Parts: sequence; structure tokens; C-alpha cells
Amino acid sequence: MKKMTILDRILLLITGLLAAYLIIAGIDGFSTVPIIAFTIAFGILLVAGLLLIILGFSVLESPIVVILSTIIPLSLSLGLVWEYFPAWKIGYLVFALVGLTAVIITRTSTKGKGAVITLATVHGVAGVLITFVPFILSINGTTSGRFAFVGVGGALIGIGGLLLAFLKTGKPILSKERILSVLPALLLLMTLAYVIGFG
Amino acid sequence: MSKFLTTYKTKLQNYWSLTKSLQTGLLLTTGVAGFMSARCPFLNWTTVLQVAGSLFLAVSGSTILNMWYDRDIDAKMHRTCARPFPTGEVKPIEGLILGAIISAIGVGWALSMDLLYGSIVFAGLFFDVVVYTLWLKRRTAWSIIWGGISGGMPILAGRAFGLGYVDWIGILLSLAILFWIPTHILTFSMRYRKDYQRAGIPTFPSTYGDAFTIRLIAASSVLVAIAITASAIGLGLTFGFLRLLAVLSFGLILLAFSSIIKPSERLNFGLFKYASLFMLSTMLVLIAQAI
Repeated sequence: MKKMTILDRILLLITGLLAAYLIIAGIDGFSTVPIIAFTIAFGILLVAGLLLIILGFSVLESPIVVILSTIIPLSLSLGLVWEYFPAWKIGYLVFALVGLTAVIITRTSTKGKGAVITLATVHGVAGVLITFVPFILSINGTTSGRFAFVGVGGALIGIGGLLLAFLKTGKPILSKERILSVLPALLLLMTLAYVIGFG
Repeated sequence: MSKFLTTYKTKLQNYWSLTKSLQTGLLLTTGVAGFMSARCPFLNWTTVLQVAGSLFLAVSGSTILNMWYDRDIDAKMHRTCARPFPTGEVKPIEGLILGAIISAIGVGWALSMDLLYGSIVFAGLFFDVVVYTLWLKRRTAWSIIWGGISGGMPILAGRAFGLGYVDWIGILLSLAILFWIPTHILTFSMRYRKDYQRAGIPTFPSTYGDAFTIRLIAASSVLVAIAITASAIGLGLTFGFLRLLAVLSFGLILLAFSSIIKPSERLNFGLFKYASLFMLSTMLVLIAQAI
């Protein structure tokens, strides 16, 4: 397992501080449910960042990582749908809850093809939403132009999720060392994109 | 001249290591946070520095006195045998005088600022040195409760100084520190179990076993979260700061319960570190909301 460098720790610390800023003040303009959903997403990011700093990259070997990394895009996408597509909010809430439950069940019991398909479906839907919805909203004028950065953050989550998911399946796109080398910077850029997008 | 300077520098370094700067710094932060949480009308940086200075001296002084008294057990433990007293770098009588003088200056300074503030600072020092270290530490594992009460005094003192009286929020904040202490000390005593056994110090893991200790850590983590949240609501923290506290508390509880489900040395160490970060972050939140 790659040893965490001082630079990695600094990047993760800045990520944690930015996530803390988002939780405290960066999401104040939204309604209650999106605020809760975004708090869950950035809260997981903050706690995960702190645990990475404390325990190193070996934290990523925990089976709970897959579940927590599913909650982040699901919460972000739920917040976006609830805020900007009110007609779909209950339907998407049900999808998010059922999807998360399915991921937990398949990850803790079967771990076969069904687990991969479930994970890919839930991640896929959430990933598409958090990447494209902000771009569409900023292009059609529903939100400010810089809200597109939320989509950039979403895309970076997607990249990070894909890298980690393929690593977990034993068919890594990049080597494990390379993935762990870029992960702190990727998390920082992602969080920074959200700070700019929500700002 | 150069030799004199080198000797002087080494001496200062030894004295500094006697203060356990990280632990003292954390307690000092709780005191400053307690003071600033009062959002008192006379809040200014000179007063904040006075609070920090008096607490630094009182806490450092009590820490030096503890180290002086515990020098025999420190010598038996791998973790502490390189401290200045066991190695002979600081003579016992020298440390005793240093600790007594620094404690007296710290408490005296605190008393000169405010009688109530000074009394609580003195109570903290008394509980720590006399009740915890001299009386109970070598007799019972439950001594950590007195260590916890002592640890809760700086935040209570700081808030009482800001308000001019002791209120329920100050008591809750000091309870939060009291509940946090087991998470901090018990994970530590599990990590260095052999050291404590070698020194003959009763600890929860050695007296009641790991399973009970881990459950106690989890329960105290939940109580810390409850006490901090209730204090924060009482202080009227904004929804944003409350959200952050909820997230940090969730992390603490998650780690504590994970260690019940799947105990490991690594998780235990993670909980120990996270608990310190949690307390520091919580205090910084209290300071930030007051600025």
C-alpha cells in the first residue's frame, strides 16, 4: 500500500476544510432536504478525509468504502433533483433509498455479478445526474453560469468512483499506486469545484 | 559562551517537553473556546491572551507536577522512559520547584483576573494533581473520571470568566470534555496496555477487559456528541455550525461503534486520533462562531 506523503495530507486537509466550509455556509441557499442531502455528502467527504489523514490509504481497503462512496453521489443527486425538479423529488428519493439498500445488501451478502450490476446502475444514474444536471441548469439560465462547476465536481466524483470501482474489481484502469497518488488532488479539485459552483 | 547557550537551550527544551505541549494546547483551546462562547461585551484580544496565558501556565504547571510525581512509573514504561525525569535530564527537585512556581503564577494570574475564574482554574489543578495523580491514579481505573473532571475545568473557567457566573451551558461543555476523556484515555491505555501493566497502573482494559472498555468508549462517544450538540443549541449556534458538529459527532460515533463490531489495533488508534481532532475541531467551531 502506498505510503501517504506530507503533500497528500496537506491536500486532504484542505479538502476537509473546504468540505467543512460547504457544510457551514456553502449550501445555505437551498431548501431543507437538499441541505440535509448535501450535508451528508460533504460530511462523508470530510470524515473520510480525516480518516485518510489519520490512518493512511489502507482505509480504502475497508468494505464500507464502497457503500460510503455510493452515498456521496446519491446524496448530491438527490439534493439537485429535490431543488430543481420538484415533480421528480419523491420518485428519486425512493430510488435513492432503494438503490442504497440494494447496494448494502448485495455488497454484504452476494458480492457476485448482481452486486456489480446494482452498484453500476445506482452509481451510473447518480453520476449522470450530478455531472449533467448542473451544466443544463446553468446553460438554460435556471442557475448562474458558475453553477456549471457543480457539474465539474460531479464529473470528478465520477472519475474517482470509476478508478476506485475498477480497482476493487481487480481490473484497474491505472495502477493502484497511480490511483492513490492522484486521489488526494482529485478530491481537492472536486471539493473546490463544489465551493465555486455553490458559491 | 556557546557551551552556555547550548546548555541553556537543552534545559529549555527539557522544560518544554515537561509541559506536554499538545495536551496543554488542547486544554488551553477549550478554555479560550469557553471564554469566547460567552460572546461577552468586553471580548478583546488582550483578554483572550490573558485567558490563554493564565491557563497555559496553570495547565503546564500541573502537568509538570504530575510528571514529577509519576517519574518512577514513567521509568518503567517504554512510551515514557525517555522523558526528562526518568533520564535524569531534569532533577526531581528542580522539576518540583519549576512545576510549583509555574502553577502558582498561573493560578495567581487567574485569581487576579477574576475570583471565580481563578477558583475554577485552581480546582482543575487540585483535581488533576492531588485527587487524580497523587491519590487515585495508582489505586483505581476509575481515577480517569477525576482526570476528566479536571480536564473540563478550563472550558468551565473560560466561560465563567466571560459570563461572570457558572451557567448550564458551561457545565454541559465541561461534561462534554469529561465524556471525551474516556474516548481519549481508554483507547490510549488499550494501545499501551503492556506499559501500564509493567508500571502497575490499573486501567479499564486490564481491570474489566477489552469488550467492556470498548463499549464504554462507544457510550462515552455518544454522550460527548449529545453534550456538545445540546451546548451548541443552547449557545444558539447557526444551522451551518450545527450541521458541522453533527457530521463530526457522527464520525466519532461511527468509529466507536465500528470498534465494537470489528475491534482492531488500527481502528483503536484511529479512534484515539479522531477523538483529539474532534475535540479540537469542536472548540474551533465555538471560537469561529464567536468571532
